[in-house]
Amino acid sequence: MNSNRLFAAIAVLVSAVLFSATAEAKQLYVVTSTTDMASLTQEVGGDKIKVEAIAKGYQDPHFVEAKPSFLLKLRQADLLISVGLDLEIGWLPPLVTQSGNSKIQPGGAGSLDASQFAAILEKPTGPVSRAMGDVHPLGNPHYWLDPDNGRRIAKGIATKLGAMDPGNAAYFQQRFQDFDQRLTDAEKRWDTQMAPYRGRKVVSYHKSWPNFAKHFGLNVVGYVEPRPGIPPSPQHTMELMAQMKREGVKLIMVEPYFDLKTPNSVAAAASGKVVVMLPSVGGEPQAGDYFKLFDYDVQLLSSAFQQTQ
Amino acid sequence: MPTSIRRSALHAFLILTCAALLAPRLVSSALAQAPAAAPTSATTDADRATIKELVERVIALEGQVRMLQHQGATNQGSGAAGAPSQAADTGTPPESTSQAAAQGQSVASQSEPVPAQTTEPAGVYGGASSMAKALNPDIGIIGNFVSATGRNRINPSPSFTLQESEVSLQAVVDPYARADFFLAFGEEGVEVEEGYVTFTAMPGGFVPRLGKMRAAFGRVNSFHNHNLPWVDRPLVTFNLMGGSLDEADIGIKDAGMSVSRVIPAPGGLFLEGTGQVFRGDSGSLFQASRRSDVAVVGHLKAYKDLTESTNLELGGSYARGHNDAGADTLTQLYGMDATFRWRPLRRSIYRSFAARTEVMWSDREQAPLAQHAFGLYASTEYQFARRWQGGLRFDWSERARNAALHDSGQALVLTFSPSEYNQIRGQFRRTQYAEGQTSNELLMQVLFTLGAHGAHPF
Repeated sequence: MNSNRLFAAIAVLVSAVLFSATAEAKQLYVVTSTTDMASLTQEVGGDKIKVEAIAKGYQDPHFVEAKPSFLLKLRQADLLISVGLDLEIGWLPPLVTQSGNSKIQPGGAGSLDASQFAAILEKPTGPVSRAMGDVHPLGNPHYWLDPDNGRRIAKGIATKLGAMDPGNAAYFQQRFQDFDQRLTDAEKRWDTQMAPYRGRKVVSYHKSWPNFAKHFGLNVVGYVEPRPGIPPSPQHTMELMAQMKREGVKLIMVEPYFDLKTPNSVAAAASGKVVVMLPSVGGEPQAGDYFKLFDYDVQLLSSAFQQTQ
Repeated sequence: MPTSIRRSALHAFLILTCAALLAPRLVSSALAQAPAAAPTSATTDADRATIKELVERVIALEGQVRMLQHQGATNQGSGAAGAPSQAADTGTPPESTSQAAAQGQSVASQSEPVPAQTTEPAGVYGGASSMAKALNPDIGIIGNFVSATGRNRINPSPSFTLQESEVSLQAVVDPYARADFFLAFGEEGVEVEEGYVTFTAMPGGFVPRLGKMRAAFGRVNSFHNHNLPWVDRPLVTFNLMGGSLDEADIGIKDAGMSVSRVIPAPGGLFLEGTGQVFRGDSGSLFQASRRSDVAVVGHLKAYKDLTESTNLELGGSYARGHNDAGADTLTQLYGMDATFRWRPLRRSIYRSFAARTEVMWSDREQAPLAQHAFGLYASTEYQFARRWQGGLRFDWSERARNAALHDSGQALVLTFSPSEYNQIRGQFRRTQYAEGQTSNELLMQVLFTLGAHGAHPF
């Protein structure tokens, strides 16, 4: 009797361990290069996936270090979602090669370049040369900053997750529909908040905002960087001050990872204002997901416009 | 070439499909709108919906074209929702196809450029804008110009030299492998600095590599010259790892096989083991006289993030090979390395600090007495502005062939990087040689990069 009970207990334990193991194995593990892709993946993946980002929201995504600790994540990943358009070219390819994970290799079933779903701006049409600075020959990689692209990316990710985990495909589609609805509602809110400022001229530090500007009808007329990736030069700074005064531009949008010294002096000369806008989810603790990112930026920008009227 | 023709055809087909989709609908909606003096809101809503749908399709098609161009034939098409099926859906009348295509293209070009227009302007590189180039490897060239002033009677380097022009050719071979070539063009000859294939899709997390490569001994040995934080290599690598006056490019690099694997460890610790077997010919360090005289190299690397901006890397290395002293004489090398790095993420492009050190022991069997030599270097680098970095290095090393002699040195380094692709470096180097001579030298280096954006060193 006793031994039978023991046997039954062991059987239950073993089967519990086995089932929990298979249940865990079923949950897709997604690694994304940036927090924005992680947030969109979380929106459509829900609790059927586990997602982690490599870069932090407050660091420059061009210059992430290829730390070996990232390999610990990548070697376990079922799916790697990258921004693409050469944004991660300085650090992601060597990590992928060293990961020893066949799934996430370029062209592999677990490799997804999210840029294929989005409307891409600033594709150079003529010859490209580095005399233009650190140009992206494939187009501007900061495309997630248009909510319409966020919707397209989320849809693409939902489809991809469904293909990898067909049992939950309907769940992912359902979550996408829900996300789509919430995004549409939020977009109305953001559009209303930004509507009075359509057509306003602004200056930004780096070319991070073409998609954002297009969506909200802003006109980016100048950059603190003389060319992408080239730090401000005195001559360019003087020209920018003159341009801002001439055209009555009051706002300078700066990403959180850039030095504020030059933007501050330019803004002071043009009696304007510097706003530290977040290009990525997690740039500040309160911008914790894709919705809160736009909430934060739209709130910041609209109040800055109000103050500089 | 058949691949590129097939792909150009596919490209053209996608554009035509896209145009054929667009043209009739837009034209008909425009025609429908024109005569209506006051279009009802229902019609405009329907038109908007149609246009929106078409825009979405164009964006999706553009994305697919980009993927095809970018990833080449290896793309197993996850997001490729299949253009042919869409073409079949539309049921465009065949006779109007070309006309529709022409109209469609002009309509499309007004709103957003269609990739067809960006094909083959001369001088475009990157392999992305031209179909014919899509499968070419990424090509990069790094020029390394070095000048030296001051006096050095023991190990003189020329006043001006284009020390190396390194051509890199890198691409994915197929879904299972990638290949990397680094050809070093000196002023006199060409050398395969490294050239290897890496199998990326092996089971069990093993990463095998075959070809000629810089061995995983310590840290600095695997760095290419242009990735070093100094103009020269440390004295200890010259003295103990086979430096000679004839061959400036020192270190263990040889043809062979390498396997590395991450070893599971608790607590976010990254552990990686690497085992390598080489032919056994590496400068004046190892020399094989028989096939069985292979050299082996082993490396264990431990890495941990201390905080999000600081990390520590420790390594232990071992190398063994036959030397040129006799028929069966061995040289064994033992090494330990430590690197501490700090880079605050919010200011990662402006500030960083690194401290690194390597210590090495060399056991060299030779007549009449085996030599046990020891050497080390310690170095720090501090980046104090976006484009500026300063550094210090201290060297001390005995000589592998005569451990009774030792040299020491100090170096002061200042680096300015106008952009990611250009670097100017000055290094003041003071060396005390065992012969009793002291040399003071000023080295200047200019590094310039063309073509493919290489990986940032870490």
